[in-house]
Amino acid sequence: MSTELAFVRTEQIPPSPPPSSAIGPKKWIKDNLFSSIPNTILTIVTIWLIYTVLMVVVPWMANGVWNTSSLTECREVLQGKTGACFSVLSERWNQILYGFKYPVDSYWRPNTALILLAFAAAPVMFFDLPRKMLIFTAIYPFLAYWLIWGGTILGPLVALLGFVAGGFAFMRLSFKSFAAGFFGAIIAAFAVWIIGGGLIPETASENSLLAAVPSRDLGGFMLNLMLGVTCVSLSLPLGIALALGRQSNMPLIKGISVVFIEFVRGVPLITLLFVASVMLAYFFPPDSTVDLFLRVVIMITMFSAAYIAEVIRGGLAALPKGQYEAADSLGLDYPQAMRLIILPQALKISIPGIVNVAVGLFKDTTLVSVISMFDLVGMIRGPILASTEWNGVYWELLGFAAFLFFVVCYGISQYSQWLERRLATDHR
Amino acid sequence: MKKSVIYGAATLACMSAVAATAGTLDDVKARGKLNCGVTTGVVGFSAPNAEGVWEGFDVDVCRAVAAAVLGDSTAVEFVPTTPKTRFTALSAGEIDMLSRVTTWTLSRDADLKFTFVGVNYYDGQGFMVPQELGVSSAKELDGATVCIQTGTTTELNLADFFRSNNISYEPVPIETVAEAQQQYIAGSCDVFTTDASQLASTRATFENPSDHVILGDIISKEPLGPTVRHGDDEWADVVRWSYNALVAAEELGVTSANIGTLAESGSDNPEINRLLGKEGSMGEMLGLDADWAVRIISAVGNYGESFERNLGSQSAIGLARGLNALWTEGGLQYSPPVR
Repeated sequence: MSTELAFVRTEQIPPSPPPSSAIGPKKWIKDNLFSSIPNTILTIVTIWLIYTVLMVVVPWMANGVWNTSSLTECREVLQGKTGACFSVLSERWNQILYGFKYPVDSYWRPNTALILLAFAAAPVMFFDLPRKMLIFTAIYPFLAYWLIWGGTILGPLVALLGFVAGGFAFMRLSFKSFAAGFFGAIIAAFAVWIIGGGLIPETASENSLLAAVPSRDLGGFMLNLMLGVTCVSLSLPLGIALALGRQSNMPLIKGISVVFIEFVRGVPLITLLFVASVMLAYFFPPDSTVDLFLRVVIMITMFSAAYIAEVIRGGLAALPKGQYEAADSLGLDYPQAMRLIILPQALKISIPGIVNVAVGLFKDTTLVSVISMFDLVGMIRGPILASTEWNGVYWELLGFAAFLFFVVCYGISQYSQWLERRLATDHR
Repeated sequence: MKKSVIYGAATLACMSAVAATAGTLDDVKARGKLNCGVTTGVVGFSAPNAEGVWEGFDVDVCRAVAAAVLGDSTAVEFVPTTPKTRFTALSAGEIDMLSRVTTWTLSRDADLKFTFVGVNYYDGQGFMVPQELGVSSAKELDGATVCIQTGTTTELNLADFFRSNNISYEPVPIETVAEAQQQYIAGSCDVFTTDASQLASTRATFENPSDHVILGDIISKEPLGPTVRHGDDEWADVVRWSYNALVAAEELGVTSANIGTLAESGSDNPEINRLLGKEGSMGEMLGLDADWAVRIISAVGNYGESFERNLGSQSAIGLARGLNALWTEGGLQYSPPVR
């Protein structure tokens, strides 16, 4: 019976490639861009929009003029064609980055401080690195201060010694009780600062290794970065303290924390900055004002600390009660429970919120331009646009400012996403 | 309301600050630097150049005072101020004098307790509109959107002008001139109004200046001048006469070119000799030395030279002298006699 069959295939047919409509870019385009009529319309509209924008931006960038000395010359070179006048960037880049008064031959000082910042921040940001590097992180603030402001090295040294003395006193005394260690540390630090401050001769800054640069001479993107880095790193510990204070059982501490957070959150940052620059001047005699940079740092730090405190309180509230009870059942005291069990979990939950505050804070540093500090935006809006050569150049300058801010903020955002992945211990 | 509270606080604190520091002149001499309040940047009046050195017509007044008092026109700490921070900076003692396109008004003089020592630029508020609008008088601007700097007298003048002519407008509040320029070019407002000098300098930077017209209507008097705090007349005298020396020098034909020979050998004209300290003791009366005016003229030139360099024909702005010509040439600049 079987022999009557004309043909029986004994081997399998080799698989043929899928039809071109079900593979490769064609399928991708069909599935993602033209899968339905509304999608098709959206795709076409979007392509048209991108095309229109590019048709304006590309020739503008490509025709850019880089080496004239004024806007009028730019226009002469361009002869009516569209084109950017990037010459303003090539002539004034140093003012945009460093402000117009920072001594040109000292630009290496903030540059060095920025490079060292990478080394100082690395062990804090990437905790797989050796812990010994934290020693440099502790020294860095004083080193950076000395590099950027110059003057006598004795000032930052005394400040550093004060902290060292405080830490030493804390370690010696905190065995007895936390309060003794805490107040002992404060007393020790202030003793060193007052005695050490008295020992520095008045004229020490005059012939120091690095020429002193007053705060008023700082400016440009450097000022934004300095304010951003200082305020974020100061407001994080302060915010944690406030968040814990708000949950405290001690009425006084709780009260102070609640009042501080609610008051500062209820006031716009720009108001605080005006208070810092204008009103505080009335409370000091004319010649003994607190440095404007310091006043602004205090105000921005207070502001962002209040926000970070609320973000962290959210993280604390998200922890199940069992975590607190587990810590108690192990016999841990309050600092241990917080340090070992509660905060690591609460902070991990709060990372997106904290980064959000940090990015917002960094961009808010441009608000100092309204109190006539020449940060990046202040520098552009004020001196550069008011010079007879560059009056009228907007897109190039503000576009460059936006680019600088984007680079930094995107970097912060990428870091936070890496951190979230790195700390992910759940199996969602 | 808010403003009056701030000004009230400013006034109170100002009085206490003045009581605390008796002599600004002595303070400045002891400090070795003059703290002079300027703008954060107004074309031609004050702006730092590519090297970071402040330049401009208002800046020259600061330099003149520094040259007279300290003998060094570069011994000035320029403190940039915005329209909102300028008065508090002055009354709090953060700056010794304000030279920042500030209009002299009765309320600023009497209520805010400032002394305007003179008028270094007679300005007036004008309007700039695009040519294509076909407007020839400000009275035709009914219903227009107007870009206006907040916290300045221009804002108040504008409201007065439109109300008295019974026409309506929509203000677009902005913070700086640079911002106004951009808004105006982008078409967010039909009209840009500010002092005529700034309109001219703004128009000069446009790609096609002829597409925009500055209307003939000048709706306000804007005498701009350097300012000091009330209560220190010696210091006010020093600033006033440092400025008057600039004008007097132009009246007498003393320039930065001939100051060397005139200071060396004197002149037949007793007025010049008095100004330059060859006769009389004018400097001593001000609490300065005899060469005070010589140093001013060598540092910044006379009034006319400073004007031409910063605002006039030698600058990109190219303003005519107009009201700021000497009184002998039909203007208003007039120095009381130095005697």
